[in-house]
Amino acid sequence: MSFAVNMLTRSLNVFHLGGSACNNCDIEIIDTLTPRYDLERFGITLVGSVRHADVLLITGIFNKKSAIRLKRVYQEAAKPVLVIAIGACACTGNMFQKSYNWNVSVDKYIPVDAYLPGCPPKPEAMIMAMVKLVKKLRGAK
Amino acid sequence: MSKTTIIPIGPYHPLQEEPEFFKLHVEGEKVVGLDIELGYNHRGIEKLSELKTFEQTVFLVERICGICSTSHPLACVQAVEDAGGVEVPERALYIRSVIGELERLHSHMLWLGLAGHFLGFNTVWMWAWRYREPILELFELITGNRNHYGMMKPGGVRRDISVEDIPAIQKTLDGLKGPICLFRDAVTDDPLIRARLEGVGTLTKQQAIDYCAVGPTARASGVAKDVRKDHPHLAYGRVDFKIITGKNGDVFDKAIVRILETLESIKIIEQCLEVLKTLPGPVDSNPKEIMAGEGIGTYEAPRGEVIHYICSDGGNRPLRHKIRAPSFMNVPTNQTTVIGQSVADATIILAAVDPCYCCTERMAALDAGSGRRILSSAELIRLSQAKTAKLKKEMGVEGPRLKI
Ligand code: SF4
Repeated sequence: MSFAVNMLTRSLNVFHLGGSACNNCDIEIIDTLTPRYDLERFGITLVGSVRHADVLLITGIFNKKSAIRLKRVYQEAAKPVLVIAIGACACTGNMFQKSYNWNVSVDKYIPVDAYLPGCPPKPEAMIMAMVKLVKKLRGAK
Repeated sequence: MSKTTIIPIGPYHPLQEEPEFFKLHVEGEKVVGLDIELGYNHRGIEKLSELKTFEQTVFLVERICGICSTSHPLACVQAVEDAGGVEVPERALYIRSVIGELERLHSHMLWLGLAGHFLGFNTVWMWAWRYREPILELFELITGNRNHYGMMKPGGVRRDISVEDIPAIQKTLDGLKGPICLFRDAVTDDPLIRARLEGVGTLTKQQAIDYCAVGPTARASGVAKDVRKDHPHLAYGRVDFKIITGKNGDVFDKAIVRILETLESIKIIEQCLEVLKTLPGPVDSNPKEIMAGEGIGTYEAPRGEVIHYICSDGGNRPLRHKIRAPSFMNVPTNQTTVIGQSVADATIILAAVDPCYCCTERMAALDAGSGRRILSSAELIRLSQAKTAKLKKEMGVEGPRLKI
């Protein structure tokens, strides 16, 4: 395991980037931090600045206005950074694909490492996604 | 002359869950102006709705907002029923009220937690969200989903509340009363919370009326507006509950109004459950067609009155679907409440209306502060006409149609 992977996967600093979401995915993300699920036990915390982030959580579709910002925010992040698309909106565009304000899916703008479908995914699913991603990075087969 | 500095908050800011952009104009510590820039969340839902059948539309409007994910469908199905002359069985009305009130419960708890977070009082945040979790479990029990319940449909509800589940629901509600009373006492007794909230971000009664504020934002200023009482629909005409109002319209009153409302919600749910134990009947009238016509549906969402307008031509899709969400009325009140306050208080004031931008972003142009104005629809039309005229001149085209 390389030094970078070791550092990256030890205590994840998560930055949450909500696009044009309906809020539910965002709330379920926050929910994982509150006492019932309490992700902070594992050293996973939400951070205030994208420059501190190891993981970007993307929720919602990105419309013509926010898509430009998505790219900017990704460029500002210190690499390597993991990107998880949370919810059907971020993965595929959900039922907004025919909207005049929908551009293209998130992965056309920035590379996405994991897709987590669901509308919204349950907190358990989010935790599982994190675990799977970390395991994969560490090379556990 | 003192110098004005602009503090940008957003569009992606750790304080906010949603992208929205506030520009705080400050002189030293004092806020002197506020610009609100929206548009990061516009998804074109009204237009999309015209592509969907009436049944599908309900799922679409559910995804306007995750927190009021039953208020929008409720208003929407009522508009469809109003337009198409659809009957709703009585049992369905009670079930709709139960779901609506459960949603108010979880939404107010959520706000209380976030408010605590904005104040830097994370203990409140954690506790409020901890007690919100059982409500989500109730939703999972009744509807199968934690969020986005998918319960409403034109003509009734999709799932019944079975009589065997009622004791479990009642038990959870009983378990919630203690913590809510605890929150109520903690907020009213704690001198620190009072010091942070009292007299902060005041919206006077007259201002609330002038801005057409709705929901708890208006009620905290003493305007007793509540769709549930003003136009008793669903089961609200048949249950006993109070409208909670405040006096001062500051953030403290807004918090108290919300906390006391959750207790009223529990009261409503209990009365509905009592009726549901014995009330027989189907929960869905299965309408075969929606007649041509226009309809309006309103519901008192946790943040205030939401209005849906549906125009049907007798087909299976809406011809026009118009949505007005409560935050659309409440967010502009920030322009008065935040002026003259300190920067440190700005976050809680902005959050005190419980803004919901995914709801609000239909189509609006906002512009705050000196020499700035809020564009009315008439002005928007005028602007668009002026632009069309300009374009025509530039392209050298005359007549009503542009040839490209
Ligand atoms: S995936 Fe569903 S819950 Fe998540 S933002 Fe989209 S509509 Fe909302």
